[in-house]
Amino acid sequence: MKRTGFMSEFFERNGLALGLYLLLAVGFWVFILILLPQLSMLDFSFRHHLPPPEMGGPKDVYTLEHYKFLVLGAQGADSSYNAVDLGVFVRTLLAALFVTLLDLALCYPLAYYLGQSNGGGFVRVLVLLLIIPYWVNEILRAFAFRIIFGDSGVINELLISMGMIGSPIDFIRENVALYSGLGYAYILLMIFPIYNVIESLDRNQIEAARDMGAPWWRIHWRVVIPYAKPGISSGCTMVFMLTAGALAAPQILGGPSSLWFTQIIYQWFNQGGNWPRGAAYAIVLLIVCIFIVLSMMRLFKVKMGDIGK
Amino acid sequence: MSQGVGVNLQDVWIRFGDFVAVREANVDIEGGSFFSFLGPSGCGKTTILRAVSGFLEPSDGKILIGGNDMAGIGPNKRPTALIFQNLALFPLMKVWENITFSLEVQGVGAADRRKRADELLDMIALAGQGDKLPSELSGGQKQRVAIARALCASPDVLLLDEPLSALDLKLRQHMRTELRQIQQRVGITFIYITHDQGEALTMSDNVAVMRHGIIDQIADGQSIYDDPATPFVASFVGENNVFRGKVKSIENGMAIISTNRTGDLHARVGTSARETMKVGDKAMIFIRPEALSIAETNSASNHRIKALVTNEEFEGQAYNVFLEGGEGKEIKMSLVNQGKIRQSSMGKDMFLEYDPEQSIVLPEGELANE
Repeated sequence: MKRTGFMSEFFERNGLALGLYLLLAVGFWVFILILLPQLSMLDFSFRHHLPPPEMGGPKDVYTLEHYKFLVLGAQGADSSYNAVDLGVFVRTLLAALFVTLLDLALCYPLAYYLGQSNGGGFVRVLVLLLIIPYWVNEILRAFAFRIIFGDSGVINELLISMGMIGSPIDFIRENVALYSGLGYAYILLMIFPIYNVIESLDRNQIEAARDMGAPWWRIHWRVVIPYAKPGISSGCTMVFMLTAGALAAPQILGGPSSLWFTQIIYQWFNQGGNWPRGAAYAIVLLIVCIFIVLSMMRLFKVKMGDIGK
Repeated sequence: MSQGVGVNLQDVWIRFGDFVAVREANVDIEGGSFFSFLGPSGCGKTTILRAVSGFLEPSDGKILIGGNDMAGIGPNKRPTALIFQNLALFPLMKVWENITFSLEVQGVGAADRRKRADELLDMIALAGQGDKLPSELSGGQKQRVAIARALCASPDVLLLDEPLSALDLKLRQHMRTELRQIQQRVGITFIYITHDQGEALTMSDNVAVMRHGIIDQIADGQSIYDDPATPFVASFVGENNVFRGKVKSIENGMAIISTNRTGDLHARVGTSARETMKVGDKAMIFIRPEALSIAETNSASNHRIKALVTNEEFEGQAYNVFLEGGEGKEIKMSLVNQGKIRQSSMGKDMFLEYDPEQSIVLPEGELANE
């Protein structure tokens, strides 16, 4: 009863044509573009890796073999679990966490400055300067980082000419280039949610706290950060998810010894041609990431509804 | 109660680029008194408050609190507490945490803070509401929480930036009384900023009236009302009828002013102009609506103005009668409602009588809202 009331009110408000369009567009987006592919991936991940003629045949039954493979490794291997893949998995998550914290540390002061200074034109120029580099596509940006951080790149040249180092530092091998590239890739997704929230913070609250004797760190700890929490968590969630799932930057900027978990997934799909295994790996990544985000939200007492703000 | 800590402004100038927000302010605020800065918006009163609280430094001159020069001392180090126009309560802290934030800053433990909060909540008649969020309180309650929060730091000087302006009329009048009572109870110096002359007059021991960054007059409320120092003060504080003319004669502080439309008017020379006013000067005479009355028909008084009644309105406690004959503006007369039915005199000529002692003449100058 209530549901039909809501629907008829929805159509009354938007008209039949617009209402239908909205429903279809959202439905298409949610079901066709998001749910269906993910469900088919889920389905894939539970199937055997079979040559096409045998698909749908008697051997095509559900199995946990790919999930087992991620945890235990190939049967008959020397180690009792899949040390290589699990190691990469954990390292990827830790690195994504690190990149997220790095971005947060970089963006919070900047977002605070942008949000609280009513500098008008100057701030708008700053924001524009932040956005314009994103017109350059991701591959180009990653290769640009590779050049900057290369043996004869700008940074090494500069350090050598200043006499601070004798021989070039291998930023690629040390993963400096990778973390910089990843940190840079999604930095806007951190700045803008925080900036939006802080912009709406009443300056008087900061002044009131200052008037009551609070030093700057306490003002941030007790007044600004609690207020900016929805923006911070929204930014962190996006940066973490996207970093953990990034492919281009690790591919281009990663050192020879460092592998990103997405690269393993990519290998299974592409070079290995083993879609079910790739799907299983991707699903595990997705679920673990969601789990991490949800537990972080619980830890910092952020509600799901706040993130949408 | 303590004697309170005084505040002194000595030749204070505050400039923003080429704009002079405050011009040569010299104010001595007695410790433990209720002092108001009154003026229209943009007159520099909030700027003065921000300078006293330490959010901006004067371009020139000194600000002393309790005799100590405050130059270079930040707002967090001054013995002042500021109540903002929008109150600026912290929305994510509970009421009791809001109130005791200054103690939290000082490192006081939670149990002691809670105790102090409950005492203050008692004082502001909000006992038991400490665990609410500010958004769950009404406007008047928020107001009181802001006062408690400011008092919690035990400041020597409480600065209030039009804190009542967001409240509705009834509540505002109630809060005036309450603020005055709180001030008398805690005995500290209150500096109050307002554009509402009613607030300034009812609560303050002394009022400074400001315009364009200049302080025109500092005096107690009655002197401001009865003996304004400038035409601006006379026209900004309360209502006033203005007549323009030239000084014809001055004798014993009383002057006769010749006007174009209302003939010769007799008036007392304002104290501020006693020494300077000369015969032949351009002058303005101010007669308050309540200082006018209807002349007795056979009165031989020469303190009369003849004018045509153009409008009448009933305001409850008073009748307002508007008459033609002022300089450009109409003359307004307020008659106390004594419960008798009044005969309308619309469109008729009327003789008004005024008391020269209650009429003030000042050298011509700028009026408010011109």
